[in-house]
Amino acid sequence: MNPLGGRAVITGIGQSEVGRRLGRSGLDLTVEACLRAIADAGLTPDDIDGVTTYPGSLSAMPGFSGAGALELHDALGLDTRWLMGSVEVAGQLGPVMDACLAVAAGVANHVVCFRSVWESTAQQRGGGDRASVLGKGPRRASGMMEWLLPYGAPSASTWVAMLASRAMHEHGLTREQLAQIALTGRANAARNPAAIYRDPMSLDDYLSARMISTPLCLYDCDVPCDGAVAVIVSRRDATGGLPRSPITVEAFGAGLAERHTWDQRIDLTTMAAHDAAATMWAQTGLTPDDVDLMELYDGFSYLTLQWIEALGFCGHGEAGRYVEGGRRIAIDGERPLNTQGGQLSAGRLHGLGFLHEACVQLWREGGDRQVAADLEVAVAAAGGGPVAGCVLVSLR
Amino acid sequence: MTTDTRPAGRPLPAPGPDSEAFWTGGAHGELRIHRCRTCGRFFHPPAPVCFRCRSTDVGPEPVSGTATVAAFSINVQQWLPGFDPPYVVAIVELVEQPDVRLTTNVTGCPVDEVHIGMEVVVEFEQWDDVWIPVFRPAAESGDEA
Repeated sequence: MNPLGGRAVITGIGQSEVGRRLGRSGLDLTVEACLRAIADAGLTPDDIDGVTTYPGSLSAMPGFSGAGALELHDALGLDTRWLMGSVEVAGQLGPVMDACLAVAAGVANHVVCFRSVWESTAQQRGGGDRASVLGKGPRRASGMMEWLLPYGAPSASTWVAMLASRAMHEHGLTREQLAQIALTGRANAARNPAAIYRDPMSLDDYLSARMISTPLCLYDCDVPCDGAVAVIVSRRDATGGLPRSPITVEAFGAGLAERHTWDQRIDLTTMAAHDAAATMWAQTGLTPDDVDLMELYDGFSYLTLQWIEALGFCGHGEAGRYVEGGRRIAIDGERPLNTQGGQLSAGRLHGLGFLHEACVQLWREGGDRQVAADLEVAVAAAGGGPVAGCVLVSLR
Repeated sequence: MTTDTRPAGRPLPAPGPDSEAFWTGGAHGELRIHRCRTCGRFFHPPAPVCFRCRSTDVGPEPVSGTATVAAFSINVQQWLPGFDPPYVVAIVELVEQPDVRLTTNVTGCPVDEVHIGMEVVVEFEQWDDVWIPVFRPAAESGDEA
């Protein structure tokens, strides 16, 4: 049933230093994460024959891309058989899926997949422009921004906020329920020495924070940071002698069933996440009930709720009630969520950090934040609005 | 605290062959939305082909300019120089065909009076060679609460 046939596995992971305004280049952070991941897998750079990354060498937004696939190739003097770096993939986890296809097809043996950002430092150097605010500048707006920039909506926070308002209207979602994503992340971050924000946060702290774009407040929005994450995707037949028990990529979700827009989806209380999740479940005999751990994108808190619904952990419109009170999604709850603190508290590593954390937990290397319960299957997901991708991994 | 005044600065679109009618219809007081002449349905943003039936017999047509607020946000953060918060960014649904939506501004009323279900009508702000469609509450605001 698994089109990958179990041939694609994860053999190593790596993360660079992560922080605010580290003053290091994106390539520097990228190299640190990739060398760590390669060594973690028991490999050397000479063993790496593939590279994938999101979004590739983009310079339009300061610090949004720390390095492209070719920059890493050049920096490490790699000898590859296959590589790609692109923004037009199934979200920030898309390059992992492409690596899985490459190894399953036998095109490569060991692919380093990375995502790096240096938005925090780039913003400081660029005079304070927000990295994730698109399309600023003297030229007129075209492409997607033609429809958003004239209305003062250059930031995804506004786009997500509008959709959250619809969920509040249709499904009775409350700010207290939204808050639970931020509060759970912060509680987990306190156990993660690599997280950026570790001070306790209360519901009162959340409710008294300044608004960004109603109904989203400051703590609903992740924080730009500098950092890089890398994952080694290997062909299972090439893993003999490697130190780790491989993590199997059971399935991935890359579906996109409706138009690539933020405002034209037929049901405004769903997102492309629903399409991606549906195609992921169609690839596997596993079901949502089999999932022990959720590592779900929280670039904005509402997106996590969308992923919870999209992946079928609760019914349509029920995610607010699913997370209410936080017991179910706590680190010792029935299905822990964002155990590293999520991007809201651990930093905006932009997607790949969720798969990294899923592997940390499955390999039981979480230290103070390790989930005590047995873990066999985890899901990592990234993206919001028309951008989505998810990956189901296991120790099976 | 109304958003009645036009912002000091509004980033302008670069109309292309497909979108020019949308951004200039205001010169004639018309909101012009692309429609498929084969299946009869409107769609937005404009494109050279109907995404539903794939007909290329498409083009802009005037609509009434009446719409309903489907989702909105009071934007509080300042993102753009001259575009001072607070202002409302909204997704509105055209009365002719509710699954055709525009992301726009709701102006002409206090920001905290905007709500989902509110009936709004188009008006145009001219900036250089483009007419930006924005929406204000309908005069007879008989909308649901």
